[in-house]
Amino acid sequence: MTQDEVFGKVVEILSKYSKSDLPADKINMETSILDDLKINSARLVDIVLDFEDVFDIEVDDDDADSVITVGDGVKLIVSKL
Amino acid sequence: MSRRIVVTGMGIIAPNGHGLDAYETALRNGTSGIRFQPLLEELKFGCRVAGVPENVDGLSQKYFTEEQLMAMNSNIKFAGIAAIDAWVDAGFEVPAEDSDEVFWDTGAIVGTGIGGMDTTGERLVPLTDSGKSRRLGSTIVEQVMGSGISAKIAGLLALGNQVTTNSCACSTGTEAIIEAMYRIQSGRAKRMLAGGSEAASQYTWAGFDAMRVLNRNFNDAPEKASRPMSASAAGFIPGSGAGVLMLESLESALERNARIYAEILGGAINCGGHRMGGSMTAPNPTSVQRCIRDALRESGINGNDVDAVNGHLTATFADPYEFNNWQKALDVSIDKFPLTNATKSLVGHGLGAAGGLEMVACVLQVYKGFVHGSVNCEDLHEKLQPYAASIVQKTRETSELDILAKASFGFGDVNACLLIKKWRG
Repeated sequence: MTQDEVFGKVVEILSKYSKSDLPADKINMETSILDDLKINSARLVDIVLDFEDVFDIEVDDDDADSVITVGDGVKLIVSKL
Repeated sequence: MSRRIVVTGMGIIAPNGHGLDAYETALRNGTSGIRFQPLLEELKFGCRVAGVPENVDGLSQKYFTEEQLMAMNSNIKFAGIAAIDAWVDAGFEVPAEDSDEVFWDTGAIVGTGIGGMDTTGERLVPLTDSGKSRRLGSTIVEQVMGSGISAKIAGLLALGNQVTTNSCACSTGTEAIIEAMYRIQSGRAKRMLAGGSEAASQYTWAGFDAMRVLNRNFNDAPEKASRPMSASAAGFIPGSGAGVLMLESLESALERNARIYAEILGGAINCGGHRMGGSMTAPNPTSVQRCIRDALRESGINGNDVDAVNGHLTATFADPYEFNNWQKALDVSIDKFPLTNATKSLVGHGLGAAGGLEMVACVLQVYKGFVHGSVNCEDLHEKLQPYAASIVQKTRETSELDILAKASFGFGDVNACLLIKKWRG
């Protein structure tokens, strides 16, 4: 799976939790999950569980805590594929 | 003189109707919301019928966002739908999620008897027991915490006053309304959403089935299964849903020219202490009578001022005792006993939702001038034969319904009684 494909799937996962009106084509690797997508910080644990299910990977707690931007999530996933 | 309290909005999601129009029609026509539940048969319950609101998934798509629905079990959906409906019915707009306006003068006391048992049974326990608690994610706590329903309502409507969930078994909804009344009377809030909600879940009902307090004799005739006051009553039928009322100070209601459904005259709450014949599961008759008398006194009226009674009347052995308690507390002769009905005959016993579901019915009756018929008591219980003229079996229109008394009683020997009056401007 390419980084672009991972990016696409990550954006799809995040859209379920987002309370922001930001259109999908404005989301990039630097987009902040909490600030820009207005996602409740408690939901980060659900997002990481979705990463594990969709990409069939395991994410430990330290790695999970390092995810701030969309790009952090994409790079983390790619490193585990 | 303390502040007068009125009802300015109502929301209902009941087994026999969602929304005030549908509910009123169902009450007037004697339409039952009790249906056969295949899951209860599969699980070998004795009682295999229940009252469950219909089309909740479809409604939820209209009322809530996908993000909100990730953390909403059936109890929270019911409470959320009824609270939003009551809010809009009272003349307010649902605030935008990204608006910073908070309604500091408005709170919510919306109770539940058992709570989010579907979440507990379907997710929390199985995942925890299989060593997968990490897989629970972030949405479990807010669904199983006691205050899950009121907490969600506060977020949906930006409430800034007291927001809490009370719980006292089957008198929960009525207690919530009385507590909300106190809050406004004391000047601490202008408006309070108040009522009760209960999930539709086999885990909520299983314990009652095991106690053999649910009627097992009408699984093949669901609409006949809930039989308050009947000689063939053999236990209650579980119900679910939510009823929420907007209580408001008269001053605030007049100031904003709100539509007023009825005035809340007063109410009382007490407990029988599990003494004098009372127990965890049976009411102390002295405490029931005290509760009704206290409510009359707080309302400044006499028993013979009461035109109608909406009883607790669940269809257990206790129905005849309840009449006896009302008759003594109201201090009226049997031939002068007020018109009486049992909303549970149509919706089942909503447990923590019962007071909410039934108070919406009470206020509609006072506002529109009718007493809905109680179905399934054509074979009136022998001990209730003397009251036959007062027991309303077919819906009656009446312009003389001025004051209505509502009571709810619950496990724990707890009682709540509320009096409402027609608003004549």
